[in-house]
Amino acid sequence: MNSNGIGALAGRIARAICLAALLLPVPVSAAGRVPKPVIDIDKPGKCVEDTATMRREHPDMLRHQRDLTMHDGIRTRKHSLKECVQCHASTKTGSVLGDKGFCQSCHDYASVRIDCFSCHAAKPKLASGAKP
Amino acid sequence: MSADANEALSRRGFLAISAATLGGVMLAPGIRLIEIAAARAPEQAVSRQVRWGLLIDTNKCAPGCDDCVKACATENGLKDTGHPRTDAQWIRKVELKDMRSGRTHSVPVMCQHCEHPPCVDVCPTGASFKRADGIVLVDRHICIGCRYCMMACPYKARSIVFAEITDQNPDVPRGNGCAEGCTLCVHRIDHDRQPACVEACTRAGHNAMLFGDLNDPQSEIAQRVAKYASTQIRADLRLNPGVRYQGL
Repeated sequence: MNSNGIGALAGRIARAICLAALLLPVPVSAAGRVPKPVIDIDKPGKCVEDTATMRREHPDMLRHQRDLTMHDGIRTRKHSLKECVQCHASTKTGSVLGDKGFCQSCHDYASVRIDCFSCHAAKPKLASGAKP
Repeated sequence: MSADANEALSRRGFLAISAATLGGVMLAPGIRLIEIAAARAPEQAVSRQVRWGLLIDTNKCAPGCDDCVKACATENGLKDTGHPRTDAQWIRKVELKDMRSGRTHSVPVMCQHCEHPPCVDVCPTGASFKRADGIVLVDRHICIGCRYCMMACPYKARSIVFAEITDQNPDVPRGNGCAEGCTLCVHRIDHDRQPACVEACTRAGHNAMLFGDLNDPQSEIAQRVAKYASTQIRADLRLNPGVRYQGL
């Protein structure tokens, strides 16, 4: 009985501390401790949709576009993977892969595997005559 | 080679052709009852009114010449991995000899883009499919690499990729574990360009390959097919390939 009472008291104190931690303003230094993906964004600004939509819905857009291209021969540039790579490839590595690459850095952070580039080129098409 | 398998024209087929021919008649300058093979807008899907095809003149195809094979490899990123037995092969030169007469032929053979493709029939996932305009393709997104299509194809036109591939042509995604074959350079066709093999053959002055819309009576390929005898390989299988050979 006695030990149970102590346990219940300890639990209540722990809950109170948690609540206090939630209510207290978060110190500014704590935000720096949260790891964020390090991305080389060479062309900041608006993509084909706004940033929030792109972050959430780019897989669906790509999947939709891939079926249109594959089966209907529609090769519009707006939602095509080729155009993503064309615009977002790093100027240093020339690729969307790599530690700070536009696609890989975020996918590594979210632990989501990208299968696209086992078949698709991760580097944009070079202008004819240019060397890598 | 046996005669063309399409000798028996069904009533429905005859009516369809008649309708297409009548539709092709100009009602007024620039206006047709049925538009045949009009240039496609970028956001417009491919149409069943088009049937892409190749006509290969074997009399002009020189033995030992592999300009088309090289052009295909360059365009589609087919690299020599040092394993010729397992390397993907989209187009190959076949040397034929009639043992009685001694007459020889050298012909390029690639996916024949059948109207009734056996590779599509056997595919368990629907990855092997025929596009509305007659081009037979593999959707690598859903290909599981079972290789049934390789077994089913009477032309040995399909290959499977055994190794990781890097530095693909951005227009031609290719990867390990997927079946593949000649796409008729679909990425070029969609931008109103000729397949790489045809372009190379013409550029080198051989003019042995002709690409075009078999359904468009105005196209050079349709006119030549209508005028001169041409054969389909293994026409006895009644697959109605889109690739035809002249002079075999």
